[in-house]
Amino acid sequence: MAKIKGVIIVDKERCKGCDVCVSSCPFGVLELSTMVNSKGYNYSQMVNEDCIGCANCAVMCPDSCITVYRQKQE
Amino acid sequence: MAGLKVEIKKENLVYKRTELLTDNTMHYCPGCSHGTINKLVAEVVAELGIEESTIGITPVGCSAFAYNYIDIDWIQAAHGRACAVASAVKRLHPEKMVFTYQGDGDLAAIGTGESIHACNRGENITIIYVNNATYGMTGGQMSPTTLMGMKTTTSPQGRDSSLHGYPFKIADMVAHLDGVSYVTRQSVHTAAATRKAKKALKKAFEKSLANKGVSFIEFVATCSSGWKMSPVASNKWLEDNMLQAYPVGDLKDI
Ligand SMILES: Cc1ncc(C[n+]2csc(CCOP(=O)(O)OP(=O)(O)O)c2C)c(N)n1
Ligand code: SF4
Ligand code: SF4
Repeated sequence: MAKIKGVIIVDKERCKGCDVCVSSCPFGVLELSTMVNSKGYNYSQMVNEDCIGCANCAVMCPDSCITVYRQKQE
Repeated sequence: MAGLKVEIKKENLVYKRTELLTDNTMHYCPGCSHGTINKLVAEVVAELGIEESTIGITPVGCSAFAYNYIDIDWIQAAHGRACAVASAVKRLHPEKMVFTYQGDGDLAAIGTGESIHACNRGENITIIYVNNATYGMTGGQMSPTTLMGMKTTTSPQGRDSSLHGYPFKIADMVAHLDGVSYVTRQSVHTAAATRKAKKALKKAFEKSLANKGVSFIEFVATCSSGWKMSPVASNKWLEDNMLQAYPVGDLKDI
């Protein structure tokens, strides 16, 4: 069965760790890292493979840190 | 799932940062609605292909520095005077798309007169009004749009109508003016709301480009630093409280 799968790329240096993307994801794909970037923010990252590429996280991100890709899996 | 993968290539791209945003890091606090609204402005200008013919007027307030983030022409106005400056710019350059971007302290307090009269004159501009119910830049003081009972640094017991009057619904007010053709209230506290807000912003700009008089778009927004809540809690608080006083939707569309 064809399945849609997504992946996101977070610009972790630009991320301010606001957590808004984490709460906007319908599939619990994102979490804030325990690591920090050079500004001291816990940046957002994917923690599982459940992304469908809906782009909710990217649309919400106030700092436009997220790029989203999506592909049909045959 | 094993075997499944997404190739990082153009055909698979769903969303990326618009190129009209500069590389500068926004100075806004983490999670601030201004960042999301700045981005929507950049996306709409880019999608309409009017990068070269758009002039924005920034206010005094946290969004004064929006000119550092969106790569178009800008003028920074004195506190509250953005609509007066926009009126002059649009009259001198009628072929340009002219908009203001203002907070509630700027537009609905010190600049109430300039804003209402620009609306009443029917200037062919878009007014972007970001209502976070507080003076964010100066440290979270009460503004005319602060909710009843809401605690701020200058209303520590909560807003009290006998002392401070009532939340100022300026969008409802300007909707009555003949010079205004489009009034809408939107928010960016969820992805669905943000997508809707972007459509409304595009419509506002299109009406200005068609010289239909004032397009007035209010964004009900958060100021998590001023409200002393996390960004996620602020978005929830906005939904439960701000949207009761300032419900989203079109107030006028002619
Ligand atoms: C003439 C003048 N009066 C007062 C101030 C102080 N001041 C700076 S920003 C601001 C209000 C900002 O609030 P708002 O417009 O709601 O924008 P926000 O920062 O919340 O986005 C005030 C009163 C000033 N800079 N100039
Ligand atoms: S694109 Fe959608 S599913 Fe994927 S991480 Fe972002 S919000 Fe979650
Ligand atoms: S003080 Fe408030 S309005 Fe200003 S940048 Fe911070 S969160 Fe945004």
